[in-house]
Amino acid sequence: MKPAPFRYADPGTLDEALAVLSAEGAGAKVLAGGQSLLPLLSMRLAAPATLVDINGVPGLDAVEVTGDGVTVGALVRHNALLHDDAAARVQPLLARATANVAHPAIRNRGTTVGSIAHADPSGEMTSVLALTDGSVTVATPSGPSTVEWRDLFVGPLETSISGPAVVTSAFFPALPPRSGTAFAEIARRKGDYAVCGAGVVVTLDEDQRVAAVRASYVSVGLTPEVHDLTDAVIGSPVEKADWTAAGELARTLVDPDGDIHASADYRRLLVGVLTGRTLAEAAAEAAAAVTRE
Amino acid sequence: MTSVDTERTITVTVNGVPREATVPVRRLLSDALRHDLGLTGTHVGCEHGVCGACTVLVDGDPVRSCLMLAVQVAGRTVTTVEGLARDDHQGGQVLHPVQEAFRECHALQCGFCTPGFLMTIAAGLEKRDPAAELTEEEVDDMVGGNLCRCTGYANIKKAVHTAAATMKDAR
Ligand SMILES: Cc1cc2nc3c(=O)[nH]c(=O)nc-3n(C[C@H](O)[C@H](O)[C@H](O)COP(=O)(O)OP(=O)(O)OC[C@H]3O[C@@H](n4cnc5c(N)ncnc54)[C@H](O)[C@@H]3O)c2cc1C
Ligand code: FES
Ligand code: FES
Repeated sequence: MKPAPFRYADPGTLDEALAVLSAEGAGAKVLAGGQSLLPLLSMRLAAPATLVDINGVPGLDAVEVTGDGVTVGALVRHNALLHDDAAARVQPLLARATANVAHPAIRNRGTTVGSIAHADPSGEMTSVLALTDGSVTVATPSGPSTVEWRDLFVGPLETSISGPAVVTSAFFPALPPRSGTAFAEIARRKGDYAVCGAGVVVTLDEDQRVAAVRASYVSVGLTPEVHDLTDAVIGSPVEKADWTAAGELARTLVDPDGDIHASADYRRLLVGVLTGRTLAEAAAEAAAAVTRE
Repeated sequence: MTSVDTERTITVTVNGVPREATVPVRRLLSDALRHDLGLTGTHVGCEHGVCGACTVLVDGDPVRSCLMLAVQVAGRTVTTVEGLARDDHQGGQVLHPVQEAFRECHALQCGFCTPGFLMTIAAGLEKRDPAAELTEEEVDDMVGGNLCRCTGYANIKKAVHTAAATMKDAR
């Protein structure tokens, strides 16, 4: 199908974008990469009165990397983040998760910030924002503000951001010392939305014992959540840690839904399997980091 | 003040030729190419980004033309399957190595999916170092985002390898 008629503006500055969003009112929507919004329009699941295309707004396409973390501008495409080596060094989950976001042609247009603003529970980057304890910066006519991930996701496809606003960047804190990460997912076809995905961070102490284990899942639950799995393996020497037990613990903590792609039970099973697998991988990386110290 | 429009006149370079069209702002790029510019080589399957049949190059990168608005390509360059073959300067055309390989390997049956595969694979092969060994993972990345209901993909993957070999030799 075709999108219902709408009005279109492509402002040349952030201030103009906010001015048009204010003037057009509740029926206006930001258009970024369009890789989620245009399908919704063509399927007539959404019919905004006005699209405010931010692709011409300068200054939103940078990835800034510091020792504290990675700031991803609103117009950074998935493919640009995927191939940003400096960002991957500071927070390896970014490239690892982005490699699972859609197909290359979609990654050429779709933005990382757009997928967070879209708040799809089957998106990878919402989970990564949660797992890294990240936040977004939101520009509004009354000035910018920072929203922590915990305050951002309200429900499927729903964030706490309302009124005229443009998310200008997302911030992903750096990987802590003595830590390793891994990300894996099961999808019907490479690049499709995950039936279930898992991202994990393992942190060790100076003696190569497990100090902290955190996990976040994709296509599990209505909003991204971070699960602390430390209790299953705390204090265990990294080479002896029972990652399967951590996977078992994860299964009891999640609350997946069933749909045409997978039953809730199958998703719960995958949570256990993917958790065990990714934790072993992340632990090996963390152990190597401790050895290097 | 930014203008808020329901219709716009755009100029866009398509296959090397500057074109102008007046389109409602809701016109998808795929429809603008087919209906406004008469370039029906770009096929439209699902219209929500899943099948890849509508893939074209915008400023050299493959994108879904059903997931862009025509007004968004104003001032940019678009390459469609009609622009893939080169002029031989003798009144004819030389097919792109990927097109040759598709013909040679029987990588199409009904042909509905073919324009999307050709554009994605051509861009993928042109962006890589032709001397480097082509991995199965690279091939999967080049074909994995496009659906074909006829061929079963084996011959399409064979065509990617064949085209890569041709491009390596031609280097
Ligand atoms: C076939 C297909 C497969 C896909 N597979 C995956 C997948 O496996 N994993 C995945 O995560 N995604 C997937 N996607 C979606 C893709 O990643 C999108 O790029 C992403 O979800 C949205 O980003 P966008 O820039 O395209 O946003 P748009 O489509 O432009 O916008 C999406 C929503 O967010 C809002 N928005 C966007 N940017 C901003 C901003 N800066 N400020 C305020 N609001 C904003 C828009 O108003 C809109 O409501 C897939 C898409 C397709 C078509
Ligand atoms: S028609 Fe565009 S991806 Fe299917
Ligand atoms: S050849 Fe028929 S769909 Fe691919």
